[in-house]
Amino acid sequence: MTDNSFYQALGVPRDASADDIKRAYRKLARKYHPDVNSSAEASTRFKAAGEAYDVLRDPEKRAAYDRYGADWDQPRPDPQRQGHEREGGFAFDERDIDPKMFRDFFGQRFGGAQMRQDQHARVDIALEDAIQGAKQTLTLQMPQIDDTGQVVMQTRHVDLRIPKGILPGQQLRLQGQATGGGDLFIEVAFKPHAVYRVEGRDLFVELPITPWEAALGGKVKMPTPTGAVDLSIPAGARPGQKLRLRGRGLPAAQKGDLFAVLQIVNPPKLSTNARALYEQLANEQPFNPRAKLGV
Amino acid sequence: MKHATHRNPRVDVIEKLSLSELTMFCDTSADWVIRLVEYGVVTPITTAAPEWEFTPPHIARARKAARLMRDLGLNLAGVALVLDLIEERDALARKLALVDGNAPV
Repeated sequence: MTDNSFYQALGVPRDASADDIKRAYRKLARKYHPDVNSSAEASTRFKAAGEAYDVLRDPEKRAAYDRYGADWDQPRPDPQRQGHEREGGFAFDERDIDPKMFRDFFGQRFGGAQMRQDQHARVDIALEDAIQGAKQTLTLQMPQIDDTGQVVMQTRHVDLRIPKGILPGQQLRLQGQATGGGDLFIEVAFKPHAVYRVEGRDLFVELPITPWEAALGGKVKMPTPTGAVDLSIPAGARPGQKLRLRGRGLPAAQKGDLFAVLQIVNPPKLSTNARALYEQLANEQPFNPRAKLGV
Repeated sequence: MKHATHRNPRVDVIEKLSLSELTMFCDTSADWVIRLVEYGVVTPITTAAPEWEFTPPHIARARKAARLMRDLGLNLAGVALVLDLIEERDALARKLALVDGNAPV
């Protein structure tokens, strides 16, 4: 049985040397570490590379994998193989809780398996949930020690009340919800939003305006998380100009602000009349915006 | 696989952690956190409290530093540089998104 997926995950041929494997893993780990690369693909690739490296770095495991493929891990009557222990390499606890990471979470600080242990997880919430508060049920895979001393994965559903005004990067503590009565910590991250960009407690929205709105100023409608409002644009507005609506950002204890970032947008097509008006404007308003460029 | 559901556990928002709490939180030693402060990776808030205290952005940075050091084999100077560069890169990406008129990220 041949299975190449571990080699493919690291982008190395089957006959790669141990050094090549190490180099390939380190390069991928740097590139796809979820703290460095936030794309959805990155965490999958990082996890795959970590799983592959965990096996291919160990000559015995690699030999078993070369021989048995994806089933390399199944128990076989082979006195040489003493289970499959992790020795470091890959682990990323905030994204995933998986049985191989058990040793990274536990047993180091406290020693005994039945001691109080804290656990960490991460949740991606919608911006609306942070603004209004929300209830969500988390599904977590948690390692438990069963009666025979084996590590088994237990699926748990935990009801989570997301408090109104939570900020990205904040941690929630669920007391006594981890294995053995420890605390479960949840890091809150925000899903990308179609309209708003979140920076700390502030929100940014790109607000397109017409060239004549920019020139003349006046009131335009703009969205806010709690409904549309009228925004006064100053005459002679610049693209990229930021207009602040105080206190309209995230409703944290100290309220954030909402910023409109102006963008000047031309109509897709000018009517004959509009064109004539622009031509008239061109004739009546002497202005060379390129004077500083010496032309 | 066993199943269990826990309804309505108590949820606290962590507003700050003391030095010893942050040490537990990052599963590390107080020494490591102190060196993190010395390298300017995190900064405690100055209060009259006998122990240092850290706010959520610093708590998040400390955990990120712990993960990066463990997963990529970085040292403190390296992780301090990486975190600074990531923040700079993210700020530039946000500016670029504005200039290009891309959807917000």
